[in-house]
Amino acid sequence: MHPLTTFLADAWINFDVGSLRDQFWSNTFDGLTYGAIYALVAMGYTLVYGVLNLINFAHSEVFIVGAYAVFFVLSGLGFGPSAPALSIGALVADLLLAMVAAMLVSAAVAVILERVAYRPLRRKGVPRLVFLITAIGASFTIQYLIFIWRGPSAEPAVIMFRPEAVFTVFGADIDDQQLTIVAAALVLMLVADVFVNRTRLGRGVRAVAQDPDTATLMGVNKERVIMLTFLMGGLLAGAASLFYVMKVPSGVQYSGGFILGIKAFAAAVLGGIGNIRGALLGGLLLGVVSNYGQTLLGASQWSDVVAFVVLVVVLMFRPTGILGESLGKARV
Amino acid sequence: MTSARNESRRPHLQQLGEWWNSLPRTRQWLVLIPVVLLIYALPVLNPPILSTEPGTNFPIACFNAARFALIALGLNVVVGQAGLLDLGYVGFFAVGAYVAALFTSPDSALAKLPYLVTLPLAMVITMFFGVVLGTPTLRLRGDYLAIVTLGFGEIVRLLATIVPPLKGQVGFQEVGHPPGRLPDGSLIFASSNGTPWYWLVVTLTIAMLMLVGNLERSRVGRAWVAIREDEDAAQIMGVPTFKFKLWAFAIGAAIGGLSGALFAGEVGFVNNQKFDVPTSVLFLAAVVLGGSGNKVGVLLGAFVVSYVPDRFTELANYKYLIFGLALIILMIFRPQGLLGARQRLLAKGREAYQRLIGRPEQVSSESALAAESAKGVGA
Repeated sequence: MHPLTTFLADAWINFDVGSLRDQFWSNTFDGLTYGAIYALVAMGYTLVYGVLNLINFAHSEVFIVGAYAVFFVLSGLGFGPSAPALSIGALVADLLLAMVAAMLVSAAVAVILERVAYRPLRRKGVPRLVFLITAIGASFTIQYLIFIWRGPSAEPAVIMFRPEAVFTVFGADIDDQQLTIVAAALVLMLVADVFVNRTRLGRGVRAVAQDPDTATLMGVNKERVIMLTFLMGGLLAGAASLFYVMKVPSGVQYSGGFILGIKAFAAAVLGGIGNIRGALLGGLLLGVVSNYGQTLLGASQWSDVVAFVVLVVVLMFRPTGILGESLGKARV
Repeated sequence: MTSARNESRRPHLQQLGEWWNSLPRTRQWLVLIPVVLLIYALPVLNPPILSTEPGTNFPIACFNAARFALIALGLNVVVGQAGLLDLGYVGFFAVGAYVAALFTSPDSALAKLPYLVTLPLAMVITMFFGVVLGTPTLRLRGDYLAIVTLGFGEIVRLLATIVPPLKGQVGFQEVGHPPGRLPDGSLIFASSNGTPWYWLVVTLTIAMLMLVGNLERSRVGRAWVAIREDEDAAQIMGVPTFKFKLWAFAIGAAIGGLSGALFAGEVGFVNNQKFDVPTSVLFLAAVVLGGSGNKVGVLLGAFVVSYVPDRFTELANYKYLIFGLALIILMIFRPQGLLGARQRLLAKGREAYQRLIGRPEQVSSESALAAESAKGVGA
């Protein structure tokens, strides 16, 4: 046989339809869990994009810094590679403490980033290319500060609790971990949505997203709104980092935020970047689709590849996403 | 945006530039020939001030610097000329390296081709990848290109890991090399011998320099500058912006593929470990550091990015941090890089403006990254 035919016949991609069929529902529920995490991180991209029209590449590092905070708080509280024997109340208190710490740390990093790296550029009115390069430089700097501090390997796993099946749907178990993550993420997204759509500060955010100059003339403090969006993005990313560590206990690594950041961005674009509800929808959809891809194609890395392909396909056919870009166009 | 600090230095640089530009072509060549000869002789001379030994073998360090220069030259077409941010350049570099490996390594099932044939082949194939990736994204705003290329850089590495014929970490041994043996029977282009590889890369870099230089001076180059400065205005003036952006992206990709194939040949071994995204950001740092849009600048930037970790090996662990910080600091204080872009096109326009109005134009734009633009961030 001609070598070229051998080469092409050599299995490049194997489709494992059988496992996808068998695990369809468990994949769906697990995908929704991951999707909830993507959605929370995607909020950070969407808010900053809605207001500044720019991608904050360093958002993935804002997220992973939160994961480190979770790791340190939980290992300080005695969590380790095996699930601790705690009463429900104590466990919830510990997890809330870790979540608040992560939210504060992530938000602090996001705000400092805005102050140190982005604000000087905005003052000068530089072209967007400069902003993007600064953002990637910032992402890189934070990543390698962690690298120098903590080394290349992942931190030891911190297990919060063993997931236990609560009930069964379509023959697939739904466990308490999945329920916790999805429910908590939905609540946080709802809070963020209400904040942006119903409060005074949120109205300022929408005003700046629609028209920064007019908003300034109407008395909205643009700089404060920008800081607020970074703060919100940071808080949500910090919360996401707790659920991420819950789902992937040994995922706390200096480079751990990178792929998740790209997936979250893909989720934001899929739902419609700049659109808060779009971030949620995009996150959940992407989580499910990339989980199917992973089972169908047989290696965990396929999940990332599928997410990327989804991003490219969305950009090709519907670049405004499913719900459209609309932070500014939301009703007043 | 010329700050007071630079004013004192600018006239000398400007005079030098003007003197150089006023020379006839033949004189420019006469000046260049000794410089080029010196560059060729570098690994043999091994000057003590520049030498990277004992940390790194000096000819290998030279090869690395030349390889970075070729990469920076290609990336400069995308970032510096057309003003598109490509964060996944390492993906094209990886595709080029894998093309060379697949067609020459005995570990691959594919037909064997002579190594030198795989160089243009790598360029064609990476160009194809550039078109496939560029077509959906270049129609949209620049930000999307940045994140899509960032993803692409990582996806190529992931695919190399999980797709069986690309052999993951096992990789491909004995990647080919150009033919030829020394009188004593040993290979000229052996992996341990950096000098001939360096010469090959320098020769190809000079060829690409001429090619890119000619493109810059042509209609294509003017279209790139127009797109970089103001895409909407360029479109209104009838520049087919999408077409020229795609050209810039594809040409950049092809040069990346070429350098990947050269890298594969020199190292002699390709696996999935060498093509991570941080490398891609180093490439970007090379372009931005020297001055995007300025060919001499990016060659200088590439030299710095490659040479510093080779020379000061104790810094090698910190190189990503150093160049990441350098990107932020440069963008805030000197976005045009060490040397600004040469924009004779706009300089001509400015002269005309001055003659008409009698005073210099207020807005000065020195490079791709320093243009004062109405579309600027938060303007």
